Amino acid sequence: MTDTITKPPLDPHLKALENEAIYIFREVAAEFQNPVMLYSVGKDSSVLLHLARKAFHPGPVPFPLLHVNTGWKFTEMIAFRDQITSEYGLDLISYTNPRGPEENITPFNHPRYTDIMKTEALRTALDNGGYDAAFGGARRDEEASRAKERIYSFRKSDHSWDPRNQRAELWSIYNGDIFKGESVRAFPLSNWTELDIWQYIKAEDIPIVPLYYAEERPFVERDGMIILAEDERLELAPGEIVQKDYIRFRTLGCFPLTGGVRSTASDIDQVIAEIQTATTSERQGRAIDKDKAGSMELKKREGYF
Amino acid sequence: MSALEKISETERQTSTESTKAPAAKNSIPLRFITCGSVDDGKSTLIGRLLWDTKAVFDDQIGAIEKQPGQMGYADGSLEFANLLDGLQAEQEQGITIDVAYRYFSTPKRSFIVADTPGHAQYTKNMVTGASTADLAVLLIDARSGILEQTRRHANVVSLMGIKQVVLIINKIDLIDYDKARFDEISAEFTALAKSFDFTSITAIPTSAINGENVAFPATKNMPWYDGKTLLETLELAPKSNPRSMGFRFPVQRISRPDESFRGYQGTIAAGSIKPGDPITVLPSGEQANVSKIVTFDLVRNAGVQGDAVTLVLDRQIDISRGDMIVSNDDKPNLEYSYKAQLIALTDHGVQPDKQYWLKTSTRKQYVTVSAEEILNLDTATWETSDKIALNDLANVQLDFSTRIAFDTYLDNKTTGSFILIDPDTNNTIAGGMITKAIDNVERLTPKNETERTSFDMPHLIVEEFYRSEFYLKHKTEIGITGSHTKS
Repeated sequence: MTDTITKPPLDPHLKALENEAIYIFREVAAEFQNPVMLYSVGKDSSVLLHLARKAFHPGPVPFPLLHVNTGWKFTEMIAFRDQITSEYGLDLISYTNPRGPEENITPFNHPRYTDIMKTEALRTALDNGGYDAAFGGARRDEEASRAKERIYSFRKSDHSWDPRNQRAELWSIYNGDIFKGESVRAFPLSNWTELDIWQYIKAEDIPIVPLYYAEERPFVERDGMIILAEDERLELAPGEIVQKDYIRFRTLGCFPLTGGVRSTASDIDQVIAEIQTATTSERQGRAIDKDKAGSMELKKREGYF
Repeated sequence: MSALEKISETERQTSTESTKAPAAKNSIPLRFITCGSVDDGKSTLIGRLLWDTKAVFDDQIGAIEKQPGQMGYADGSLEFANLLDGLQAEQEQGITIDVAYRYFSTPKRSFIVADTPGHAQYTKNMVTGASTADLAVLLIDARSGILEQTRRHANVVSLMGIKQVVLIINKIDLIDYDKARFDEISAEFTALAKSFDFTSITAIPTSAINGENVAFPATKNMPWYDGKTLLETLELAPKSNPRSMGFRFPVQRISRPDESFRGYQGTIAAGSIKPGDPITVLPSGEQANVSKIVTFDLVRNAGVQGDAVTLVLDRQIDISRGDMIVSNDDKPNLEYSYKAQLIALTDHGVQPDKQYWLKTSTRKQYVTVSAEEILNLDTATWETSDKIALNDLANVQLDFSTRIAFDTYLDNKTTGSFILIDPDTNNTIAGGMITKAIDNVERLTPKNETERTSFDMPHLIVEEFYRSEFYLKHKTEIGITGSHTKS
């Protein structure tokens, strides 16, 4: 008997990361009553979803996807999300904090926009679903406080994270025991780096939002950030002019808060080559990390991913 | 090497050749732990490794410089420690609180470092980091030499089954690159390490702050050192090779998408499997043959250690999560009691008369723990004790109400390790390693001749009995009388 070769085998480094992620998916699905997967439509979410499909094959993904939609995501992200979930037959829950439209809270007018539309929205959506476990695509190499995360990150009933009092996590034995109301955030991509993600996307031919590839796009420069200007939701400040150049995005979030980079990397090989010579981290374009040092830790303590 | 392992080797070679991506690695990442005391420059060393392998980005340096009262640069060099301590409290207090994981790579290999605190609670964090490590980097300040803490670190590393040690004799610049002192410390450590089971010890003189012998050689200041740099040593370190043994497959979940399919999902913890192989399910002892190995990409003709797969069997038998599917000819122990070593991780220690949850791979079962000895880390001797407190390393007996399958930790880290969970708090209170199964035959040994049980069996069964593992293991204890003839 011979294997039917459909694609070249993964290199052992990516294979080891894939095996670890599949193990985590199966553990959580087996040990928790009501898991959910946070799906942010970005490249890490795309990899996470691909791994979930692999973990449960030939069965379906045995939990819904939750998209916390601020209402300010890139238009292309929403189109991509709807296409993927329908193509794979996935159960998608999209949640927007009603305070956004009701109180007209936007990235432009409210200092606590991220807290309300992302962290608070996430807590409410998790409470609404009564989920006892939530998968996230966070990686330890992304940011200093994430480097201290467990694979199973215990959260109290108010979703808060206590980084100084985490459960010990030895070998690959995960402690999923919680009391009612408490929950666990599970991170199958903990040990992946940005480069691993891209090489895996290439090796497995995983579809991602086209904004990751360079194209000539209209943008404005605001506080040193390149903000995409192909959206009627963007209000130009006095004196701002729309420019055009080849740009792409290393991460995707809310479009007014996510800076692009000038780049001509228009396919996956060029993107990988660009990352290998990059001198700034991928989160460099994300305003959320920059409010003050330790910003991500504070958000995580309050229940952010 | 079995035929299946060869298949896996071939797959790997093919994969290396066919992958032309510039940074594709031809090996799986090396995981290592760094151990050192507070002031011997551990964070500086890791910061230097990350810096010299270009794993640090410009905007991350910017974030460090932004913090009030902290200089981005000291003595004209980057304050590397601040790259590592990620929590606000750590940066405010200048100490590392919790184990952090770092990632860097070279064209040859990628690395995962568990960076663990050197002060109070270090045992808990070291054990966490060491549990998944292939190698330990032990740090020594060249000015102070080997301290009690070095001995403690070496002891914990050894207990956790790490066989490769790199001894970094750091701050060598502060003793004028003194070769004699370097030789003296290396020799002292080698003598100390004789009582441990290390397979390799590599001593390297470094100045992490100046980047000497970390990623780049220090030919100018240390012409007398012609060994490898730390980075070269890490690039060349072999992955810890698991002992070759029978098939072990802890069942994670049952996949039943429809009436026509029933598969058992899990990750192969040891050995290999191919369609047609006979297997036994533990603890039930039921037997079947593997009919298919299913993955998302293809139905495979073999599975090896580390593979996450779905097994389909040729007949319906009762299998649940937590069961272990094993090869027929090489099985793990299946007993009520085991000897183990464990490390207490919380303030309450481990209580003697309390029932805890024990979790090993995918199985959870109640256990009672009896302490026998505690390791005195200062003298490296085991002392009799019936109490286990925080950070204690203890020899214990585990007793279960039903049989449970284990290998020894020495044989397999997955099927020989466990954690204890306190059902009152749900916290993980200990980690442990199986050292020995306690054979229940001892319970059945008759006290005198009249209690001896006699069996009269057809010769075919007798012959099968003679070939059984049970007989081979216990033949000296079993009296065979009567005669049997071949027909």
